[in-house]
Amino acid sequence: MLILLSICFIAALSAPWVYRICPKYTGAKLVAAPLAMFVWLLKKLSDVMHGHPVEQQFSWVKSLGLELAFYLDGLSLLFSLLISGIGILIILYTQGYFKGHPQQGRFLMYIMAFMASMLGVVLADHLLLVFIFWELTSFTSYLLIGFNHESAAARNAALQAMLVTVLGGLFLLAGIILMAGAADTWRLSELIQRGDLLVAHKNYLPILILVCIGAFTKSAQFPFHFWLPNAMQAPTPASAYLHSSTMVKAGVYLLARLHPALGGTEEWGMILTTIGTATFLLGAIMALGQHVLKRLLAYTTVSALGAMIMLLGVGTAYTIKAMAAFVLAHAFYKAALFMIAGGITHETGGETSIDKLGGLRRAMPVSFACALLAGLSMGGFPPFFGFVAKETWLHALGDYPILIGATVIGGAAYVLVGLSTGWKPFAGKMPAELHAHEVPLSMRIGPVTLGLGCLVLAFFCGPIGHALVEPAASSIAGEHVHVHLHLWAGFNKYLVISFITLGLGLVCYLARSLFLKTAARLGVLARIGPEAVYQLIYASVLKFAGWQTRALQTGILRDYIRVTVLTAVALVGAAFYRAGGFQQWENLSPISLRIALVAVLMILAALATVHSKSRLQSILAMGVVGYSMAMLFTFFGAPDLAMTQLVIETLTVILMALAFYHLPAFRHSSSVRSRLFDGTIAIGVGVAVTLLVLAALHVQTPTPVSDYYLDHSYDMAHGRNVVNVILVDFRALDTLGEITVLAIAALGAFALLKLRSGKEEGAP
Amino acid sequence: MEVLLAIVIGVLYGGGLYLMMRRNLIQLIIGLGLLSHGANLLIFTAGGLRKGGAPILAEGEKAFAALPSDPLPQALILTAIVISFAVTAFALVLFLRTYEVVGTDDVDELKETDT
Repeated sequence: MLILLSICFIAALSAPWVYRICPKYTGAKLVAAPLAMFVWLLKKLSDVMHGHPVEQQFSWVKSLGLELAFYLDGLSLLFSLLISGIGILIILYTQGYFKGHPQQGRFLMYIMAFMASMLGVVLADHLLLVFIFWELTSFTSYLLIGFNHESAAARNAALQAMLVTVLGGLFLLAGIILMAGAADTWRLSELIQRGDLLVAHKNYLPILILVCIGAFTKSAQFPFHFWLPNAMQAPTPASAYLHSSTMVKAGVYLLARLHPALGGTEEWGMILTTIGTATFLLGAIMALGQHVLKRLLAYTTVSALGAMIMLLGVGTAYTIKAMAAFVLAHAFYKAALFMIAGGITHETGGETSIDKLGGLRRAMPVSFACALLAGLSMGGFPPFFGFVAKETWLHALGDYPILIGATVIGGAAYVLVGLSTGWKPFAGKMPAELHAHEVPLSMRIGPVTLGLGCLVLAFFCGPIGHALVEPAASSIAGEHVHVHLHLWAGFNKYLVISFITLGLGLVCYLARSLFLKTAARLGVLARIGPEAVYQLIYASVLKFAGWQTRALQTGILRDYIRVTVLTAVALVGAAFYRAGGFQQWENLSPISLRIALVAVLMILAALATVHSKSRLQSILAMGVVGYSMAMLFTFFGAPDLAMTQLVIETLTVILMALAFYHLPAFRHSSSVRSRLFDGTIAIGVGVAVTLLVLAALHVQTPTPVSDYYLDHSYDMAHGRNVVNVILVDFRALDTLGEITVLAIAALGAFALLKLRSGKEEGAP
Repeated sequence: MEVLLAIVIGVLYGGGLYLMMRRNLIQLIIGLGLLSHGANLLIFTAGGLRKGGAPILAEGEKAFAALPSDPLPQALILTAIVISFAVTAFALVLFLRTYEVVGTDDVDELKETDT
């Protein structure tokens, strides 16, 4: 699995080069990677069917217990087959969609990288590995939505999708860490066997909520649903792939995967069923008011994801079966419809509104046939797989009349959308200004395969249910589930409900203009919806960042010094406060008169330096401070320091006096207020540093490093002056650094003085 | 003794930073000088004040008879003195040039990168 995944990633990275070297049929060449994956998955099908999951692991970072572990059971098999299978069709479709587009290679790279990441999500067994792939899908999705980076709308939509999903990703990470801690394992395959442990754990509710937020953001559940319709800014192949059949299902996959570990409780049922049903209805109702092809499909995707979460929330063996079947049905018809929508827009010169389309059946007969197949499957008409899935779904919800009611309403909306996309653009008379022709072969393969698939799956629903749905449902349920899908389950009340739904949908379809009008009137609601909240938060964050930058980054040096100093004082103060002040005043050496005198002299000289109105006085007073330092050094047995200090201080005073010759006299231009303010800060610093020194006196290392130097200065380095020996022998490299600093400073000073820019010389 | 020196260090720090917060370029440099004195003295005091002899072996001796003053802070400070001299000298030249090019010694006016 690792090898196949790596091949997919490598193929993705090589896509731009392949395209540059020979641009013809790039897609057809790159398809080899997902094809290999698909074939391998099919080969494993019988193993998985018989309950033998495939496991692989390679050690990665041993010290952290991180390993590249992969796990293929029924659930991952269903998802990875869909991902690689639809991936193959999408890559071929891309080749036609972006024919002659200079950036085709880049697009292929993104979409293949996405595919590989998505496969990683569903195959990974280690929780952190899942998270890494999860974030990779967010990231590649950002690149794909923002592919038309010259459009501001695409950029904003990309950013929105990424912010929402990555925020969710952070919640998920927190949930994952808590979960791994509670179950004492990072492996999903072990985790799902320790459900009792997790459910009984005190962190169960936080874990559930965190994981749910992660999954809900990714799967566009209410109230995070808004990013998905906006993400329709992406080129159609990306929408068809990411935003209908794969990425958005990552959240569903994750919750399904964790169902044996976290599910089966009241909280699980409450959260998932409520949010899922709300999203299901909201998406369906909002779809009614749309007239742009892709947005229409996007809202029903939101709705379908809600339905999956809802079924998962109920969590009986029946609903799980229904969910697995619905995942399959939805992937087929939704990807097909998206591809056709893209084809229509592509071939009619950019028309996106279904109200301006019509009569395309003559111009695009193949697309029409596929659209009709997929659209009817979406509506749940017999004899399509959508009908089979919906039947199972209704059966499963037999004990939940409210959810049945919701399903009828949502189902009616699906009928409307299925007909609006599968029938409406092709029926009736073609508007005179519309010119269209059939899509090229590469763009036909996908819709034809998937459209026919809707029909074929239905007729072979028995074996399909046994081979794909049953193992998947068993993995979700955590125990073996028998699945028997029927196209014709006999005449019963669910069939009646199903037909009521269809009838209601047809009525809705005929009354569609009514919905559009209502939707236009309800547009105001958008101002108080979750998207408005997102915009508000986004704008506030930017505003706060702007304010903070303006407040801190004034461009005035003095403000920077003030902020830095105040922060330092506050931190030192806080540390003192926490340490509880001083404990003892001992080990102090006695005060001798001469040192006291020098100290007083230093204080006076320092104050004079600060206070003096004359430059020369200031410099001289600073000189006095320096010479007093030298005196202190001699008193405390540091003759080398004293000598250096004397020489350097003399040099500094001379240098300053020379330089000041060229500079103007002091002008005390700061206001009294700012001087008082700075004076207060300065006193604060003085007190803080004094306290710091006193505190530092009590810190004693058990064995000072100095003893080593004192003992070995003579026998190892053959020097009698220990300070010198440290500088030129023990720490010679540091001294080399010091000399380098000096040399650089000298070079810099020289350059500043001698080199003049040409501009300046020319100036008067 | 330490208390006294700690106060001296506090005064040097406070005075140095106060000067650095003035609008005048020269005061900025003098403030920098005071601050580095303060820092050197801080290392010296924090290293422990010992009124022993200099850490220099007399001719013919192979080990110290009495514990001399600590050589490690001294080595550190020696380096620091030299470096702070380099910094002061460079800052002086830099400000000199700034004054020549921009024509002001007011730090508040040095807000833009364009001259």
